[in-house]
Amino acid sequence: MGKLHISVSPHIRSSNTTQRIMLDVVISLLPAAIAGCIIFGISALWVILACVFSSVVFEALFNIITKRTQTISDLSAVVTGLLLALNLPANTPLWQAVIGSAFAIIIVKCLFGGIGCNLVNPAITARVFMLIAFTNLAKPAFPLDAVSSATPLVELAEGSSPSLINLFLGNIGGALGETSALALLIGGIYLLVRRVITWHIPVATIATVFVLSFLLDAFSFINALSWVLSGGLIIGAFFMATDYVTSPAVAKGKIVFGIGIGLITVLIRFYGNYPEGVSFAILMLNILNPYIEKFSKRKLFGGKHYEE
Amino acid sequence: MAFYLKGVKLSHKKNTSPEKAEKISVNSVTIPMSMHIGRPANAVVKKGDTVAVGSLIGEAAEGLSSPVYSSVSGSVQGVGEILLSNGMTGAAVTIESDGEMTLDSSITPPTINNRDDLINALSKSGIVGLGGAGFPTSIKFKTDKPIEYLIINSAECEPYITSDNYTMLTKADMMEYAIETLVKFFGIKKVIIGIEKNKPKAIAKMRELSGKFNNASVKVLPTVYPQGGEKVMVYHTTGKVVAEGGLPIDVGCVVCNCTTVAEIGKYLKTGIPLVEKVVTVDGDAIENPQNVIAPIGAPIKDVLEFCGIKAEIAKALYGGPMMGISVTDLEKPVLKNTNALLAFSQKQAFVPKTTACIRCGACANNCPFGIDPVAILKSYKEDDYLGMKKAGALLCMECGCCSYVCPAKIPNVQNNKLAKEAIRKEAQREVK
Repeated sequence: MGKLHISVSPHIRSSNTTQRIMLDVVISLLPAAIAGCIIFGISALWVILACVFSSVVFEALFNIITKRTQTISDLSAVVTGLLLALNLPANTPLWQAVIGSAFAIIIVKCLFGGIGCNLVNPAITARVFMLIAFTNLAKPAFPLDAVSSATPLVELAEGSSPSLINLFLGNIGGALGETSALALLIGGIYLLVRRVITWHIPVATIATVFVLSFLLDAFSFINALSWVLSGGLIIGAFFMATDYVTSPAVAKGKIVFGIGIGLITVLIRFYGNYPEGVSFAILMLNILNPYIEKFSKRKLFGGKHYEE
Repeated sequence: MAFYLKGVKLSHKKNTSPEKAEKISVNSVTIPMSMHIGRPANAVVKKGDTVAVGSLIGEAAEGLSSPVYSSVSGSVQGVGEILLSNGMTGAAVTIESDGEMTLDSSITPPTINNRDDLINALSKSGIVGLGGAGFPTSIKFKTDKPIEYLIINSAECEPYITSDNYTMLTKADMMEYAIETLVKFFGIKKVIIGIEKNKPKAIAKMRELSGKFNNASVKVLPTVYPQGGEKVMVYHTTGKVVAEGGLPIDVGCVVCNCTTVAEIGKYLKTGIPLVEKVVTVDGDAIENPQNVIAPIGAPIKDVLEFCGIKAEIAKALYGGPMMGISVTDLEKPVLKNTNALLAFSQKQAFVPKTTACIRCGACANNCPFGIDPVAILKSYKEDDYLGMKKAGALLCMECGCCSYVCPAKIPNVQNNKLAKEAIRKEAQREVK
């Protein structure tokens, strides 16, 4: 009989892995990606492929050059690339998509220590960076058969109401993956069912936007709903704000985090210079996250109080 | 009670029948003097001595300790050193069995007239916490504080193990005798038997038992690991919170595993001390998983071979897969607190590769006590003792939920153990 294997308990582990979680996120984003390709045409597909492919390549190269363990098999670079693409207009020049991916992966993620160490969400930060760096991206793309020449957020701000059905299906102007609430909700529900995310952040974020929009926009239920379905709120609330690394781990903190995102989003939408504020709101709460985490720790069961 | 503490749902893998257990005999036994928490017993036999089943071979030391008895009849081969599962070495008596299993002629049931008699009998019985902890049972009852609740921990929340279930199904009479005596002499007000929902037969049997007392009841608990953790059990049966560093007696509770209670009954009725154990033998390297009754000190190898070994054993455990301790070699003996022996093939013996923490919070969110292993590890790396304590390092019972759920396969329990050890050493330095 050979030597026995010795290890510290527990001797069994759950089947959950980082790779499985990331794969679930990729699966959950596919409906939105497909919807984007249908609504905006083949150019959407090229943007998605450019972002995903270049994100993975940049992470692989970074690890090779800095002699680190190769991490691309955890699929987190695929998630970053995919999320970034879904947040870009379908007519984004591919070279800009590649630069955005490089920013997300190298600057925001790898230079801070790679997966789990980034302070802010790489995809969100890259999207904000691109918005500022490439002025052409401020003008969103429109569906192939578009009748309107303004995004719903602009329409709403100007006082007219876009069609709720179009908002729900996504037949509107905007980033290629953010317009179809239906596709995003399918993905969001998948993540909830698979227990990759909990309801706290999406519900807190969306409810805050709904309530504040209702109060600020003529106490109109329809308008409040339109504000929720427009822009990047659904994709932000379900897929970007729920990024583990940059959001609180505990339920109480998640709710505070979600309310914060909702609040800042509404403030930017109603009073800011930009028509959309979800990305900025998430980025800002990412930065505040360590403090939210600190103040939202679970109470220890029977824990002793230790003086400083 | 407002809510149940968190935990994890595990695959039960209770493959063995809890209704029968075959007695096995071995040629020789090696009985360590330290099979409990506290000071080792002092060996009182030497090479060449003749002993019988139940003969005293190790006298309890002063304070926290427990006596040790021979589990076979035969002759003492010597008192040697053995590497214990906690990494320390200690004395162990090796006895060659004559195969007769003759009972020591001096064995008589103890006479109990008062509380002190009972405490004395409990310490003489050699009984320790048989759920796995191995805390000398008499010490739990030796208290000035009133014992309001006797909680009989029958959760058996670890996968594979069915030995407590066996006790409940077959030793209810012994449990009854023990409860009767304990209640009478310790003035216990309430007896609660806590069982996980997945053992309907045992629940029925224990309801039958509790029906015989006017102050006993069965509490059926959800099948969530670690339901059998002492503080978890106290909270779920009484709603009381045992504070960090405290004991259940602080809130008027004494918690005993059901097999411990049955052994108490057996000793009080017959005078036979703790010399044998029901052991669940299971794992993918075992041909016929089953419960066996093994003499304490029996080599693990003999016990496993009795059940048939069908694959090369790459890993063996004392106890269940969540809190069990790795067996260093198969010549090691069955101990007082051994409730299961699991043997695994190479396929199940591997340790998964650890990757970077993605801060998903699964560890803290699944901890019954709300401990944050990520914060403990961070403080540990920074030698921040206060930080470790604040994150709950000393509250950790090492149940393993945090390591189990971690998608990055970080050995959280191992890290918490390191943190505890660091805190202990720091406290020692401060004293000096």
